[in-house]
Amino acid sequence: MKPAGRPEEMPRATAEQAAGERFGRALRTTLGALARRPPIRWLRTQLARRGLNGRTAVIAVPYLWLLLFFLVPFAIVLKISFSEAQIAMPPYQPLLQWAGERLADIRLNVNPGNLLYLVEDSLYLRAFANSLQVAAISTLAALMIGYPLAYAIARAEPRWRGILLMMVILPFWTSFLLRVYAWIGILKNNGLLNNLLLWLGVIDQPIVMLQTDFATYLGIVYCYLPFMVMPLYAILEKMDLTLLEAAEDLGCRPLRAFASITLPLSMPGVIAGCMLVFIPAVGEYVIPALLGPADSLMIGKVLWTEFFNNRDWPVASAVAIALLLLLVVPIMYFQRVQERENEGQT
Amino acid sequence: MASSAADSASVRQAWNDPTAEPYIRIEGVTKSFGDFVAVDDVSLNIFKSELFCLLGGSGCGKTTLLRMLAGFEEPSSGRIFIDGLDMCGIPPYQRPVNMMFQSYALFPHMSVEQNVGFGLKMEHRSRSEIAGRVGQMLELVRLEGFGKRKPHQLSGGQRQRVALARALIKQPKLLLLDEPLAALDKKLREHTQFELVNLQEQLGISFVVVTHDQEEAMTLSSRIGVMDHGRIVQVGTPKEIYEFPGNRFVAEFIGSVNLFEGQAAAEQDEDGHLCFACPELERPVHVARGAGPAPQGRIWVAIRPEKMQLSLAPPPAAANWTQGRVKEIAYLGDLSVFLVALQSGKTIRVTRPNVMRHDDQGITWEQQVYLHWHDSSPVLVSE
Repeated sequence: MKPAGRPEEMPRATAEQAAGERFGRALRTTLGALARRPPIRWLRTQLARRGLNGRTAVIAVPYLWLLLFFLVPFAIVLKISFSEAQIAMPPYQPLLQWAGERLADIRLNVNPGNLLYLVEDSLYLRAFANSLQVAAISTLAALMIGYPLAYAIARAEPRWRGILLMMVILPFWTSFLLRVYAWIGILKNNGLLNNLLLWLGVIDQPIVMLQTDFATYLGIVYCYLPFMVMPLYAILEKMDLTLLEAAEDLGCRPLRAFASITLPLSMPGVIAGCMLVFIPAVGEYVIPALLGPADSLMIGKVLWTEFFNNRDWPVASAVAIALLLLLVVPIMYFQRVQERENEGQT
Repeated sequence: MASSAADSASVRQAWNDPTAEPYIRIEGVTKSFGDFVAVDDVSLNIFKSELFCLLGGSGCGKTTLLRMLAGFEEPSSGRIFIDGLDMCGIPPYQRPVNMMFQSYALFPHMSVEQNVGFGLKMEHRSRSEIAGRVGQMLELVRLEGFGKRKPHQLSGGQRQRVALARALIKQPKLLLLDEPLAALDKKLREHTQFELVNLQEQLGISFVVVTHDQEEAMTLSSRIGVMDHGRIVQVGTPKEIYEFPGNRFVAEFIGSVNLFEGQAAAEQDEDGHLCFACPELERPVHVARGAGPAPQGRIWVAIRPEKMQLSLAPPPAAANWTQGRVKEIAYLGDLSVFLVALQSGKTIRVTRPNVMRHDDQGITWEQQVYLHWHDSSPVLVSE
């Protein structure tokens, strides 16, 4: 083969690209030369010897973030949960206290009573149970609505998918609080929904919907639905549709093919979506406070009452810790299961 | 390039028997997607126990035709009969047809056993029957002991065999194979080709194979249907397709060929040869009669590279030879390819088997050579 003739005039784009490449090469050479200078090279070797290089630096950023804003606050809350309440600033006893003049007179104020108190007083257990129930039912409802929604979007024509997804995310562009307040306007006795039903003649007096459990469920499902739809859509959209054709070819009716192929293959998305809805729903405070009944026993509400009404920080911290444990343990279990599932697939 | 026992097995000659009832009848089938016509008025008969290949380049409509047989696409017009039954409106899950997909489409969350047994499970067969038949199928494709594995734990060749077992377990009347060997490497592909042919003869099921690989088509099939732009251009045994291409497209698509445009005004000499004058060759071309009817309009004389002989001395004949200069020599081991530039500027391709270890003729680059061929070698093809 003859070498291809060099064109007389380089197209503009190519010329720009070439200039960019030249610049990149120069930059690389300069940086390379700099990196080879003795002091910098010495520093790099010393860091590398301690396991520090560019890659660990990149990974360190999120870990540092989690350490500072998750683990440290958690440690503080954990510490408070073991102390005792007092009327002071801050409203709890320090864990370590100097009782006397000497350095050795350290008094340890560990008080495991707060966590025990949670078990003794049935209020907390009932609040936990009720929160779990509300979250579970809401998650199930969100799955029932979210799965068909995600499925429909994933199977829509490609040019429509973006628009439909946009419509799912669109409510996020208004404030969360505003959207919950909007539901009050819809659900109250002389609100939008009751007026419409009265006008249609379906009912002859308003139905009490606001400040019921129904309103709580509605609010939670409405607010967390996108978190269910997103992971489901992601997994349904990348599913290989020839698998369904293969199933049909082997005598499988479409509905059965959904049950034995699509559903099992979308399980990671189902689990991810359920966790994204369930976890925040358990600790949800705003929605039950605004839409739910006044006496609703949700753990988020109990937490609020302990902190701000009773000013019992240690008990409130104990509630928070218990809530965390209640959620983290099942999540870790789920993730183990999911990992094992993923090992079974490509 | 030998076709697999195409001449011996009587069942493979069903298309020559006017009384034979075709097993699959495709009648004037057209499929269009919007303005694009993927399959254009195709009529085709496929017989029982035949291994039929649909051969063509990408986008020629071969896969669409296969998908219409499977029931994934409905013809825009025309009808398809399988074993006398009109397949119009019958969904894939009710057709007596199974398909092996190009990607294999194995269910990733199921084990090999579950994959293979899926078709029977859909028929609500008993667990023990399914287990027995799955065992038989795995034995057939020589995958005993792999039943508990997941598809991702298998090699490409093993996945291909699982897909085959899964498609065969329901004992379909017709097995459709979409590029069955495309994902395998060359050695495995050659090996699997013969396995497929053996399996087909063993089971007696009709196979329809879609492929773009002419060598694969020639090895596998009893007959080949060459497709181009949604139409079937020629149907015939591998030998017919290669030796008597119906038109220029088929001649060029199957194997390589040297084409010389000829004068349409053909006359016969005293020996009964058709005589042609080709501007690109200095001497006339004499074609033995029987090498296809004399076509009308623009015609080409087609000569396969292996049907030309190279020599250093001029042949003692008046016709069917030319001369040129050797431009390239490619040594391929079993044969050598010579590119010879004619005086008219045209480059032609000649192959010569390396029968002897040392070439005593010693043809090298830039050497003046003579090319001659038998009067039965050229074929006349039209546009």
